Amino acid sequence: MRGDSDGSGGARRRELMQMVAAAGLGAAGSLWLPESARAQTPRRGGQIRAAGYSSSTADTVDPAKQSLSTDYVRCNMFYNTLTALDGNLAPQPELAESITSDRATVWTIKLRKGVTFHDGKALTPADVVYSLQRHNDPKVGSIAKPLAAQMTEIKATGTDEVTITLSAPNADFPVVLGTFHFHIIKEGTTEFVKPIGTGPYICKEFTPGVRTIGVRNPNYWKPGKPYLDEIEFFGIPDETARVNALLAGDIQLAGGVTPRSTRLIKAQQGLSVFETPAGVYTDLIVRLDAPGTGNLDFALALKYLQDREQMRDAIYQGFAVIGNDHPITPSNRFYNADIPQRAFDPDKAKFHFQKSGVGTSKVPIVVSPAAAGSAEMAVMMQEAGSKIGLDLEVRRVPGDGYWANYWLKSAVGFGNINPRPSVDILMTLFFKSDAPWNESAWKDPKFDSLLATARGETDFAKRKQMYGEMQLAIRDTSGIGIALFNSFLDGHVSKLKGMTPIPVGGMMGFNFPENVWLDA
Amino acid sequence: MNAAMLRLIGVRLLLGALTLLIVSALVFTATELLPGDVAEALLGQSATPDAVAGLRAALHLDQPSWKRFLLWLGGLLSGDPGRSLVNRLPVVALIGNRLPNSLTLAGITACVTVPLALTLGITTAMWRGSRYDRIVGMGIIGIVSVPEFLIASVAVLVFAVKLRWLPALAFRSGPQDFWAMMRLLAMPVGTLALVGIGQMARMTRAALLTVLESSYIEMARLKGAGAIRIVLVHALPNALGPIVNAVALSTSFLLGGVIIVETIFNYPGLAKLMVDAVSTRDLPLVQACAMLFCAAYLSMVLIADIVAIVSNPRLRQR
Repeated sequence: MRGDSDGSGGARRRELMQMVAAAGLGAAGSLWLPESARAQTPRRGGQIRAAGYSSSTADTVDPAKQSLSTDYVRCNMFYNTLTALDGNLAPQPELAESITSDRATVWTIKLRKGVTFHDGKALTPADVVYSLQRHNDPKVGSIAKPLAAQMTEIKATGTDEVTITLSAPNADFPVVLGTFHFHIIKEGTTEFVKPIGTGPYICKEFTPGVRTIGVRNPNYWKPGKPYLDEIEFFGIPDETARVNALLAGDIQLAGGVTPRSTRLIKAQQGLSVFETPAGVYTDLIVRLDAPGTGNLDFALALKYLQDREQMRDAIYQGFAVIGNDHPITPSNRFYNADIPQRAFDPDKAKFHFQKSGVGTSKVPIVVSPAAAGSAEMAVMMQEAGSKIGLDLEVRRVPGDGYWANYWLKSAVGFGNINPRPSVDILMTLFFKSDAPWNESAWKDPKFDSLLATARGETDFAKRKQMYGEMQLAIRDTSGIGIALFNSFLDGHVSKLKGMTPIPVGGMMGFNFPENVWLDA
Repeated sequence: MNAAMLRLIGVRLLLGALTLLIVSALVFTATELLPGDVAEALLGQSATPDAVAGLRAALHLDQPSWKRFLLWLGGLLSGDPGRSLVNRLPVVALIGNRLPNSLTLAGITACVTVPLALTLGITTAMWRGSRYDRIVGMGIIGIVSVPEFLIASVAVLVFAVKLRWLPALAFRSGPQDFWAMMRLLAMPVGTLALVGIGQMARMTRAALLTVLESSYIEMARLKGAGAIRIVLVHALPNALGPIVNAVALSTSFLLGGVIIVETIFNYPGLAKLMVDAVSTRDLPLVQACAMLFCAAYLSMVLIADIVAIVSNPRLRQR
């Protein structure tokens, strides 16, 4: 249901982004204020201390080098992107006032007027060109180089206009621009000691591995924002220490807490848990090219053996969303709600198991702490399997070296996949026939051609239709079982208001700084 | 006598410099042998071959390693340990940021631990076999057997979460007055003291007992010297060597080896800095930290030896 909001207008080719932009402003307004009667007016003032879950000398304020959640939060304090992803992962205009395209290949970006950097300089197309272009310079060492490579030409085409030409059509380009690596910096910036951006906070202190302090930017271009006077942000990598600091009142926001800790947090008065249903999943992998077990019937048998409700409640204390054996979450705008939910069904599992010809021999299923929750899931499936004559043998291997030694190599095992900004990126990385990370060695030429067509399709309804077919194909013919999407969980003082889930990650998709306020 | 002492110090300093050089070469080689380099560590999953090559060239990692080592050594000798490869900040600034924190923590811990440990060690040696000796001995073994992360976590749960007497994190921005500082550091210091006391106290007791069994102590006893006088005046000077060495080793450990306490109390000290540097293969920073720790060990041990010699007439005469 949430996925429908963007498609309602029946988008026309080329005008899609303008429309999204217009709709986005309205949607964004409601995003800042929690809906319904609980709506409260944000309050100005106050300061908070917030802790993320990593901290090292590699902490950075160079947009091109961001690699951890804490980098994203820090950079979101100081910089803006051209677009930003909303709660349905749809791009909304930020520094770009509008984005239009010619056949999804030549993109014209109109910049917002009156935006200034922290040192007073006005935002110009030259800044945008520099910020985007530097990712293609190998000396910069940008993490986003693979994404940036599609931009063959980036040039200023007016006083407030930038035109970008892509090597091939990509209807998701506005989503790409909304990834944090494409934060806009000042033209010519090469030193990243004290960041200067257009963002909601001005850097007062940045010490890698220690802390970051931002003070309110009084000239921020979003009226009234941000609300807090100051944010001190640092990392406490140890989860217990982080939760204890919250419980002891030393910090007001603890990013990334485990389902186990949520009980402690909820039990204390004045503390709350913030849940972000997101696209992280630990998936069952049945390699279709493995001898013996490598057939679709065996994969289907295991898929039917997943007791999703029980897994959700027992492993994640309810903080998870049920999956339908494909990687798209119900909150995604491209989610296909018409596919019936696959349920726990030992009878169907037995039918497929008998058809698979695996017989009574022991089948090893590889689990590891590296794929969070895999051991628990496998044990539940082992239990269910024993009732239909399937003899699963849970083989535990260490987390260290798991991705190099077991993942993609075990006939039956588990993976753990983080959310990606767009359906296209996710499908290309993990399901395209020739993808190096095609986890179940699943090959479907029709899927590949749909993927390529959808990438250049700017009509939302048509794309949704294609992505919908692809979800069905993964669900019914691949060797991947996705029982659950587990949520990101953060703990915070109840007085801290204004956070709404953005499924990119926890802490409001790493973008809490400009959105939160302290209630009196 | 004084000249002999100076010669000893001179020789030890020279040997120390040689040790530092060897250690730096070893650490450099070991870091080179670790899989991956800083370019790969920085790029992570997007480490495509051309991206890695470009970043390597930008960081001068494409030069042969002996050349990089000599460049680094030359820089160090002229007083510049270089810049971090990861964040391009000067290594001096990164260490300068953390060193005062580590020194504060180590200093306060030593001030608490050393007198307590010596007192416990001396008194248990004096009343060997008494009920007091046995209770203290068992207590010390009990505490030493508990891993420090458990002590620290339980302390946080009790004093910060339940009682709310102390803050759970040991670090605050901005200047702190003396009492605020004590409150912040109470739990880290307490944890480290509990771990450190045991070793020092048992070493002191053992060293003293060996001496107390020797014949000249028996002689003193026969001459009618009191128990306290025997321990403090007759036995202690002879036992001081091993005791000071134990103290020196424990305190130099406090400078760079307290990663668990730094992690649990989120205290930005040198141990965490070095772990970061190793995990990102940040050679200049790794080298600088290694040099610093090594120099600290060497000088503590040197000071311990000098103290032992000065306090012991027999060694002094040689």
